Amino acid sequence: MASQSFIWNLAKTYFTAGLIGLTVSDRYASFMAVRGFSMSPTFNPHDKKTSGIVLDDYVLVEKLCLEKYKFSQGDVVVFRSPTNYKQKNVKRITALPGDWIHLSSFDTVKIPKGHCWVEGDNAACSEDSRSHGPIPLGLICGRITHVVWPPQRIGRVDGKITEEGTLPL
Amino acid sequence: MKILQFAKEWKSTAKELVSHSFVFAQFLSLLHLSHTYICSPTLVYGPSMLPTLNFTGDVVLVEKLSTLLGRVGSGDVVLVKSPENPKKTITKRIIGVEGDTVSFLVDPANTDRFHSIVVPKGHVWIQGDNIYASHDSRQLGPIPYGLILGRVFCRVWPPEDFGPLRPLE
Repeated sequence: MASQSFIWNLAKTYFTAGLIGLTVSDRYASFMAVRGFSMSPTFNPHDKKTSGIVLDDYVLVEKLCLEKYKFSQGDVVVFRSPTNYKQKNVKRITALPGDWIHLSSFDTVKIPKGHCWVEGDNAACSEDSRSHGPIPLGLICGRITHVVWPPQRIGRVDGKITEEGTLPL
Repeated sequence: MKILQFAKEWKSTAKELVSHSFVFAQFLSLLHLSHTYICSPTLVYGPSMLPTLNFTGDVVLVEKLSTLLGRVGSGDVVLVKSPENPKKTITKRIIGVEGDTVSFLVDPANTDRFHSIVVPKGHVWIQGDNIYASHDSRQLGPIPYGLILGRVFCRVWPPEDFGPLRPLE
């Protein structure tokens, strides 16, 4: 009898913790792992040749920016891929609505209202706005502010644009 | 002695306060989770869905589960985050899902000219039921599935129209 009530209490505690945890991760902030090399100098700065075991970077994603959808150039954001809603991508915003962007292969593109231009820091292996155009801001589900794991790389993610050429002039 | 007694009293008050706020947080989390993952009431208005939804404003129930599971198909009335302004939501009907060929009248008020288009991967084609006064995929192009917020399945207000929405004939 006693053990039964103990299990019941334990289950209740876990359920409550899960409830509150899920809400906080939905509304305020959550952690996630970044896979792949498309943001390479910022996240996962390994070489494909040298890495034996690749440890993914874990990052802190804040969701409060979603209330106003105010982003600035250089923010690193998580967004749902426009071609597959189950997949989330991490890229850097390089242009906001109303900006003009110059591409070598295309002409100049104006970013339409409510859209943004996203690019990976590692242009060589990144599938981004250069291949599927500007993405709607509504697909964005958070902004990355910190790297939290591995320990030697803990720190802020700053909103700078690392490469020349990705910067719209 | 008096201080000790005071501390004891204060401790019990604090304990009560913590447990109360915990219950409150739990309640809010439950509210948030049912709102984002199960079902929520929404007020919709405007002329774009006219024969199906009223112009002056209807309260509808929007269920989120089938969107999360990817079960939303053509013919469903959905709530979509507007690609032009992520803070706004629009209500439209899905005409085609990825891979479908949809044909639509370009400008139904003036000409009979129509276009056909294949909906790209991960996108849907949405249109209002009132094609004369609707700002939808005909102007915006195909919409990424990730922008769909939920499926409208039932109208609760006004009370004489209570019940499931009628399908498009």
